[in-house]
Amino acid sequence: MDFDFTDEQKMMRDGLSRLIAQKYTFEDRHKAVASKTGWRPDLWAEFAEMGLMMAPLPEEMGGLSGDAIDAMIIMEEFGKGLVIEPYLQSVICAGSLIRNAGNDTQKAELGEKITSGEAIFAPAIYEAEGRFNPAFVATSAKKNGSDYLLNGNKAVVFGGPMSDSFIVSARASGATSDETGISLFVVNKDQTGLTTQNYTTVDGLQASELFLEDVAVSGASVLGEVGGAFAHIEQMRDHAIAAICAEAVGLMTVANAQTIEYAKTRKQFGVPISSFQVLQHAMVNMLIALEEAKSMALLAAIECAGDDAKARAKACAAAKVKIGQSARIIGQNAIQIHGGMGMTNELAISHYFKRLTMIDAQFGNVDYHMRRYGEMD
Amino acid sequence: MKLTFTPEEIAFRDEIRAFIEQNYPQNLKGVGDREDLTKEDYLSWHRILGAKGWSTPAWPVEYGGPGWHATQKYIFGEELARAETVPVLPFGVNMVAPVIYTFGTPEQKARFLPAIQKGEEWWCQGYSEPGAGSDLAGLSTKAVRDGDFYIVNGQKTWTTLAQHADWGFFLVRTNSDCKPQEGISFLLIDMKSPGVEVRPIITMDGAHEVNEVWLTDVKVPVANRVFEENKGWTCAKFLLAHERTGIAQVARSKMGLKKLKKLATETISEGLPLAKDRDFKHKLSELEIDLRALEITELRVLANEQKGKGPGAESSILKINGSVIQQRITELFLEAVGPYGAPNPRAYKAEGGNFAIGPQGAPMAALNYFNVRKTSIFGGSNEIQRNIIAKLVLGL
Repeated sequence: MDFDFTDEQKMMRDGLSRLIAQKYTFEDRHKAVASKTGWRPDLWAEFAEMGLMMAPLPEEMGGLSGDAIDAMIIMEEFGKGLVIEPYLQSVICAGSLIRNAGNDTQKAELGEKITSGEAIFAPAIYEAEGRFNPAFVATSAKKNGSDYLLNGNKAVVFGGPMSDSFIVSARASGATSDETGISLFVVNKDQTGLTTQNYTTVDGLQASELFLEDVAVSGASVLGEVGGAFAHIEQMRDHAIAAICAEAVGLMTVANAQTIEYAKTRKQFGVPISSFQVLQHAMVNMLIALEEAKSMALLAAIECAGDDAKARAKACAAAKVKIGQSARIIGQNAIQIHGGMGMTNELAISHYFKRLTMIDAQFGNVDYHMRRYGEMD
Repeated sequence: MKLTFTPEEIAFRDEIRAFIEQNYPQNLKGVGDREDLTKEDYLSWHRILGAKGWSTPAWPVEYGGPGWHATQKYIFGEELARAETVPVLPFGVNMVAPVIYTFGTPEQKARFLPAIQKGEEWWCQGYSEPGAGSDLAGLSTKAVRDGDFYIVNGQKTWTTLAQHADWGFFLVRTNSDCKPQEGISFLLIDMKSPGVEVRPIITMDGAHEVNEVWLTDVKVPVANRVFEENKGWTCAKFLLAHERTGIAQVARSKMGLKKLKKLATETISEGLPLAKDRDFKHKLSELEIDLRALEITELRVLANEQKGKGPGAESSILKINGSVIQQRITELFLEAVGPYGAPNPRAYKAEGGNFAIGPQGAPMAALNYFNVRKTSIFGGSNEIQRNIIAKLVLGL
């Protein structure tokens, strides 16, 4: 049994933690969210310089051959700092798809762009009517000579506004919810026929709706086998879940610490409110929820770093369930214990609460993964 | 024992329904209660009801109430919620007015009640302070007597819609050398008085609903004190009990649940309506059962009230369960819209985006969920309500 990080991992974690403390204060983040671009390209460049984009990706993509444990360490720090940059989309998700589905040229060329941080990729997998099911693909891919013509819409593509390219799932054959018949295409942002509707999300991120109308992509932009992408998408989802669970753990860690600190300093009836048993128990429940979430996030990362696909899927479904439940307990109690102050936009705690709340609907919510888990044996 | 309406009550319901249909302002149809409404939006409907004599269902007839019994009041509330009207705000009608007609002088009654009834003056509540939230009696805003005036200094907070207020009712400290509860007075303050400053507080949903109210050497005529000096806590407690009943929002929650069910039938999840999803259906049923239990409990409280037993500590039960149900409705709304909870309509509207993203019902789902976290905090937090029940009902 070994739950310890390597010295390199600890160094990376501490370096990132310092960078965020220095250059990514709550006020900095607030400004970035409200700015025209809605993110921090300067910090993105610093993350790249630190090697964060390389950390979890293999050598043939220009990476450092790390794994989901490295991703977990990074995402947890991002959670603590409420980081809004699209690392999850570009490095974890697109990185996973290219690593598993890409050919050698794609791995080298696209991988270089990701690991250097010079380009941003976003997965465009989900559709409005499919809700959380990535096999629900109504977007069509029709063969047209050596090209493909893509038609359809993609929903809530996080990181869309700052992405240079999208990895779009589209169907060449089969019925709308079939797992077979799905292919992946690399679509550049400026491609004719692709329009986007960009927006800020309630938790300060950037996302887009994608509309594809006769978007012509060459055969060279197909990622992996035509019609055989679903397994890659599933694997991407599991890695994304492990990563987002780590982000949630970071968020919960800070939310708990801030709540305890507030309760110790806020006085009512002449005493700190932390002396009231009802609030003590609420904070104990928050701690238990955090510890459970930590355990499950760790399990998900360990299974993602391993090579047993079944164990990985089961661990990730379970982790997403637990994280959703813990996030609700911690988020709601954090606001309740902060009282009116917790309701304000001015305090960081409400922003931790908002991000924690919204994570549930990314990559499938509690109900979805509970059902998925139950169907796995 | 019966829960059905008599023919008279059904006729009453039809009369209310027809009146709303014919008189509710066209421009406010479908607005619901969570968009950014202007002062005029709120007051226009209040004035229409006021002219009809229906803006103050709970008031005694002598002050302008319609003389309805509990069932009629219940029916009236149901019909307003059913039509999704803009609410008549409680600060004047249900909060300060009962204090004025119970504890006020004849002059105060004559001066203030008609304007509240007609919707001519907007009231706000100056209770909480930065240092006095759950511990309301710990308030420190000071009023010092100077001839026929009080000079008031201090700061109030979480003052809902004070940006529109003409008048405010304030709890102020008039004596510091006694038990905190025994040195508080209840003052009516003209919000246009020199020294009153309202500063916005933006809540996490991006709304400007609450404010800080700063009072600097504000001159308040002694004639605007309600009840005796240092006896304001009596008024404060009386008012809070009234506030708590209204806070349950049963009729509005029923409407919310109805909309939620509609959304669930319209939201397609993996090709099927979400309403067919067993897990989601289970949660809807659970919510509906809890709401039904709350509704009947509220009716029992109303029936007691009709027999002259004023709202007591039981109103704390209504506050706790009513607030939690409001929160759960928005929680399920957010769950129902799934990924489409994410887009922030305030942000894309501010940038001039004149579009809605996602299915109908989605745009406000997350913001409403964030906003109603307040219901278990305000009006006496749910922890405080449990303390009240433990002490006054269980005698612990």
